[in-house]
Amino acid sequence: MQDPAGMPGPNSPIDYHAPTPWLLGAGEASDVVMSSRARLARNLAGFNFVNAASREDRRHALAVCRQRIMDAHLAPRTAWIDLHETNHTVRTLLVERHLISRQHAKGRINRAEGGVDEPRAVAVSTPDEALSIMVNEEDHLRIQLLGSGLCLADLLRRIDEVDDRLEAGLDYAFSPRFGYLTACPTNVGTGIRFGVMLHLPALKITGDIEKVKRAAGGMSLAVRGFYGEGSEASADLFQLSNQTTLGKSEPTILRELTEQVLPAVIGYERTARRKLAEHRGDVLADKVHRAIGLLTHARLLSTEESMEHLSMLRLGIVSGLLPGLDQGPVNHLLLMVQPGHLQMLTGRVLSQGERRVERAKLVRDRLAGVLG
Amino acid sequence: MQCQCGREATIHEVTITNGVRVERHLCEQCAQQQGLAAPTAAPINELLAKFVGAKVQGKIGPKPPTTGQCPQCGLTFAAFKSTELLGCPTCYEAFERPLAPLLERTHEGGTHHVGKVPRRALESSRLRGPEALERLLGGMAERQERLSALRKQLQAAVQAEQYERAAQLRDELRRVSALAPEIDDNPPEQGECSPIQPPERPD
Repeated sequence: MQDPAGMPGPNSPIDYHAPTPWLLGAGEASDVVMSSRARLARNLAGFNFVNAASREDRRHALAVCRQRIMDAHLAPRTAWIDLHETNHTVRTLLVERHLISRQHAKGRINRAEGGVDEPRAVAVSTPDEALSIMVNEEDHLRIQLLGSGLCLADLLRRIDEVDDRLEAGLDYAFSPRFGYLTACPTNVGTGIRFGVMLHLPALKITGDIEKVKRAAGGMSLAVRGFYGEGSEASADLFQLSNQTTLGKSEPTILRELTEQVLPAVIGYERTARRKLAEHRGDVLADKVHRAIGLLTHARLLSTEESMEHLSMLRLGIVSGLLPGLDQGPVNHLLLMVQPGHLQMLTGRVLSQGERRVERAKLVRDRLAGVLG
Repeated sequence: MQCQCGREATIHEVTITNGVRVERHLCEQCAQQQGLAAPTAAPINELLAKFVGAKVQGKIGPKPPTTGQCPQCGLTFAAFKSTELLGCPTCYEAFERPLAPLLERTHEGGTHHVGKVPRRALESSRLRGPEALERLLGGMAERQERLSALRKQLQAAVQAEQYERAAQLRDELRRVSALAPEIDDNPPEQGECSPIQPPERPD
């Protein structure tokens, strides 16, 4: 399945060259909302949580979950990947495609003993990669659904079905008072986390992004970067998610986010874009075209720099400054410039310096096709 | 404007009953005491430091069972404090008292689960009878606590004229009280939902 350099081979269950569904640039409000995500945290009754389980217990829990996931027919095809048997490159690719968390890639549960050989896995629906189920992460099961644009209501309906299918053959840890029991009490209750990835370049330019962050904090929403907790916001992409999971039902949590918070944030960004176009159109056009100039001519590009300029290019497309261009290929490039994908495309392990050269070349080649 | 305790009032409530207008101006602490404001959520590590640290030093509340262990996995509350992770489902019962204030703050005043109940477990409990159903949904006292927590929130929402939130809470109450008509004294078709009906949203 893998070649000597650790790159996934032609028989890999996941096509790492393909665009991921959450980067298609389709769906409701896709000018601002890149993607939506819903995830459920679930644990098996009668087992210790993963952080307090022996290796043997983790193996046992993994086997129980695997059996159920594969029997439940959750998708036409489901790939099962034992992460403790994969190499660093494959785990990096899965993180970059948002199919596993960074913590799951490392195989450590906070400060608990562990390592890359800890029994843990991910199940992924293929080829759409919309559903992924991490097994033995912080909780026994972390069920995740991803979609393009603003589609949280649809994700809730679908993840509820997946949950029911799994539970039909599993006993979940559940208490009348606290609901679904999770290793960390911040997830207890519904165990649900809704998230949206927002592209907010205009608010960044006008400096109003801090206001949004403060307002989100006041509403108990978390604002995180492109790669989740602890990551910086790259390419002006911010993840917004609910913080509370106890004392409210799933539809109420969804409504608070989709009816109260998100329309406001989306509205702020659209207003900022309109005002930029109306009052500082030359500045906006300059930023977009400078980004194009840099992306199409640079010979060395870091991940951060390429994402920053791709963000401006995306802003130019969704603002109508670059008619005829589709945001999909640009979104796809945001993924392909990541270190893991870049090395997969070149087929070899690269040093940081080599990555900059190859990244600049990749961006030039791909954009030549897009910009014509 | 000042609160009755002398601090600056940040929460202002206006109620009109039978045409009589009553205004109340409260600071956040007094508003929380009177059930007008939900405690603000804070990161769990801050809460842990505040609650556990203060309690261990004997500043507030009863001393938590820091020496106690979960009978199932052996985790101590002190160990939870350092990792922020519980060891097993039984930990929630073993540490219910010290966890309760922490959960309430983390979840904006949420104390009881009012969301989904595992579907297959619910269906099979219904078939097995009232005892099985109570194991899943809690005894009478537990179910009443859950409903009364929701009613309290509903009352606060109505008083604050948050009609959308009140309507959501009313739906929540209906759904929760309809979960187990077999074991509840007051099934929804007999009018159980809430003694308080939120008014229709004004135009």
